[in-house]
Amino acid sequence: MILFWLILIPFLGGLLCWQAERWGEQAPRWIALGTMLFVLVASIVLWAGGDFSALGAGERPWLLEWRIPWIPRFGIEVHLALDGLSLILIGLTGFLGTLAVLCSWKEIVERVGFFHLNLLFVLGGVVGVFLALDLFLFFLFWELMLVPMYFLIALWGHSGSPGQTRIRAAIRFFIYTQASGLLMLVAILALVFLHYASSGEITFSYEALLNADLPDNVSFWIMLGFFVAFAVKLPVVPFHGWLPDAHAQAPTAGSVDLAGILLKTAAYGILRFAIPLFPEQSQAFAPVAMALGVVGIIYGAVLACGQQDIKRLIAYASISHMGFILIALYSGSELAIQGAIIIMVAHAFSSSALFILSGQVYERIHTRDMRRMGGLWGRIPTLPGFTLFFMAASLGMPATANFIGEFMVLFGTFRSAPVVVVIASAGLVLAAIYSLLMMQRVHFGPEQHPGRLAGPDVREYSMMLALLGLTLAVGLNPQPLLEMTVSMVQPVAELFVAGPARAGGMN
Amino acid sequence: MLTLSDLVGLLPLLIVATTALLVMLGVAWQRHHGGTAAVTVTGLVLALASLPLASAASSTPPLMALDGLALMGSVLVLVSGLFVAALSQGYLAGYQGPKEEFYLLLLCAVTGALGLVASNHLAILFISLELLSMPLYGMVAYSFRTERSLEAGIKYLILSAAATAFLLFGMALIYARTGQLELAALAAGLAGSPDPWMLGGAVLILVGLGFKLSVMPFHQWTPDVYQGGLAPAATVLATVSKLAVFLVLLRLVLVAPVFKSEWLLILISLLALLSMLGGNLLALFQSNLKRLLGYSSIAHMGYLLVAVIVGGPLAVETTGVYLFTYLVATMGAFGVIMHVSSPFSGEDAAGLHHYRGLFWHSPWLAALMTLSMLSLAGIPLTAGFIGKFYIIALGVEGSRWWLVGGIVIGSVVGLFYYLRVIVTLYLREPGIQKNVTEVGHGRMGELALLIIAASILLLGIYPAPVIDWVAGLTWAA
Repeated sequence: MILFWLILIPFLGGLLCWQAERWGEQAPRWIALGTMLFVLVASIVLWAGGDFSALGAGERPWLLEWRIPWIPRFGIEVHLALDGLSLILIGLTGFLGTLAVLCSWKEIVERVGFFHLNLLFVLGGVVGVFLALDLFLFFLFWELMLVPMYFLIALWGHSGSPGQTRIRAAIRFFIYTQASGLLMLVAILALVFLHYASSGEITFSYEALLNADLPDNVSFWIMLGFFVAFAVKLPVVPFHGWLPDAHAQAPTAGSVDLAGILLKTAAYGILRFAIPLFPEQSQAFAPVAMALGVVGIIYGAVLACGQQDIKRLIAYASISHMGFILIALYSGSELAIQGAIIIMVAHAFSSSALFILSGQVYERIHTRDMRRMGGLWGRIPTLPGFTLFFMAASLGMPATANFIGEFMVLFGTFRSAPVVVVIASAGLVLAAIYSLLMMQRVHFGPEQHPGRLAGPDVREYSMMLALLGLTLAVGLNPQPLLEMTVSMVQPVAELFVAGPARAGGMN
Repeated sequence: MLTLSDLVGLLPLLIVATTALLVMLGVAWQRHHGGTAAVTVTGLVLALASLPLASAASSTPPLMALDGLALMGSVLVLVSGLFVAALSQGYLAGYQGPKEEFYLLLLCAVTGALGLVASNHLAILFISLELLSMPLYGMVAYSFRTERSLEAGIKYLILSAAATAFLLFGMALIYARTGQLELAALAAGLAGSPDPWMLGGAVLILVGLGFKLSVMPFHQWTPDVYQGGLAPAATVLATVSKLAVFLVLLRLVLVAPVFKSEWLLILISLLALLSMLGGNLLALFQSNLKRLLGYSSIAHMGYLLVAVIVGGPLAVETTGVYLFTYLVATMGAFGVIMHVSSPFSGEDAAGLHHYRGLFWHSPWLAALMTLSMLSLAGIPLTAGFIGKFYIIALGVEGSRWWLVGGIVIGSVVGLFYYLRVIVTLYLREPGIQKNVTEVGHGRMGELALLIIAASILLLGIYPAPVIDWVAGLTWAA
């Protein structure tokens, strides 16, 4: 039941925020903060009480499970289950949700209640995605988080350069994700009906469909339907068109959610659904996926070097980082997949920190154009130092979580695809280039305008400190995360190693 | 011969017809707007309440088939009629001319629709269809002093008459071949492969019904009539008329083998693809909400034709569920339009600019409009998603991949304009024209809007009861 409340509380909190606006402007903020803290605390409590040891034979991997029938006509259930990976990601959602509320404390001044309604609905949908084990339910949450995100960008976003309005960015985001989502719906339905044809049982249950007996010619297309939906959200390079605009135009809280959590739902989807449901097809597809990953790494990094808008730079850098995750997921190596999970966490910390920092800089100098910055090191106390730290984390400096993740990915993938690793490593060099370029152009060099600006207040300072602490903590001691995910990752990696003979043996 | 049990079976239809008579007598005796509306609503509620009794009688009156399909159709028609009647009261309150006759026309149209969904004979099919269409001419052109309304009425009258001629000709061809007008007999007499005359007749019937459904390329009247006609009349066109005609088309396809010929199915598939793509593409360029809804309804009928093409038990279930979801979403959108417009001040407030920033002065109306648009777009947790899920499931189950592709592309295109409407509601920038202000509306209209909003959400979140009910219905095959 606690799993159901984890999803329901953000939605209820959101509705309450909307109505709470009449009690004053601060009320919605406090309610939203309380709601997100609830999610965070609940996941910490679950973590403290959880047993994450590796699975014995025939053991089911779920820490907690909750299911009730929903639409019996199609065998659809509300089936929620939690394992180590979902728990990490839900904890992340709670943490970044709290930050998103905090960082919009002063940025959002109008329609406060409705803003927090949308923010909490996005986060509630994301928690649902991480918990749903029924394919219908998963799809429902997958789509559900889009609408409020659309509102966040369309109503509270910044209109950037002429012709790049926030509404256009929001519509582009929505169309990309919705179109690919519909493909996934078609794929889910095809999977369900093929399973129905072969077994006579109509069900959307993940565990039942894992053992579906599919004809070879169709199943590859079904797998592609899933992959495209996840590839758009991750994003993989030919499908990335929505991301830079959506990031650049979104309010800070929107960017934090988008980069920190929404992109991770795609990696989660590949790991949970695309690969286990279609092991043979995924293995056959792996070279293509890895090639796309490499293209993403290089493409994102090269474009990041050429950006003028600070948020677009971080967005392109995200594309580059997501390329590492894609490579790792299709490498079939346990080490690499665990590395991908570390990158997911690390990237959530570092990119949301950078987005929050650029939001704070924007609040002070009212521009995100790097040509109009420069010399901020001397003008703003403390903030440039934090920026330097998170830029270093983003380029994979040892002692930060990002380093551990990238190292594990490259190390784990090397055995199966050495060429990919060699090329991907070049991405690390490019990462250093764009990170240092950004530091140079924003914080060093001659001052564009004289005069000191306000330093961070307690709220801003504590947000940064928390992110910094967590990045270092994961970087210095990643073992707890690895232990939590081993029971999830091991079977997925085995699907690839063993090949067709063992396919379907995940349970 | 009619027996007593037949009369019980026909009770809903009789009640609505009696109410129409009562309203007419009432108007002749003394005009009273509120009273007329109350009588209408009461009559429709009574008819709805008599449905369990009527279906329990399981009667078989001549010319009619009172099966599950008819029961489903009656519920859909009566519910839409009820909503329109409840919302019309506020809408017509400020109208200068006589208001009461509108309810008379509405009740006549509902009677026709009730007959149509139960028709089992080409003669009653034709009579009911005309009884449904004739009052609509009057309703569309009701505010005949405004040019657009009159224009819309005449346009609908002429094109509808042409479509009726097609329909009659088609029936005549089939009659010439089989000598039968009863649907069941048609099916029995046509065991062999259909010849060109039969096919020709079927195509002509399809054209006639396709016009009423505004399937492309028989859709030209739709946007103009939706825009020009009174909002309640357009609502009746979009709901009562389309629901009933679609169900009769489905019954024809299920019963008569000539409609199952591969050649004809390809033709219907083409019409469906054309409607879902064309309707959505043309809707992109509209700045009038009623026009936009007109094109959107063309697209939705295109999606729904998939059910006709695939056929089988799941198709009936899909049609039922989809029609319910379509009904509440369309009713929600038109309900908001009716709530903010009134014919005494010229045309309806239907330009998109009227709705700019609606959320900031009447949040509940804007929330309902948002829900309706999301539901029409098929976003989860609204009714429309269940409908879209059903249609795609049906297409996948029948392996009609072209149609599934059409639905996906159509839905994506559709998102553009549904989102445009939604975002308009929330913008707070100085509009060019003054924003709509809520006209003083009765409790009845507000209650109806509340029920619509609740059912959009309820159907989206917990559709199991409706699905089970529709799946449990039986029909004469």
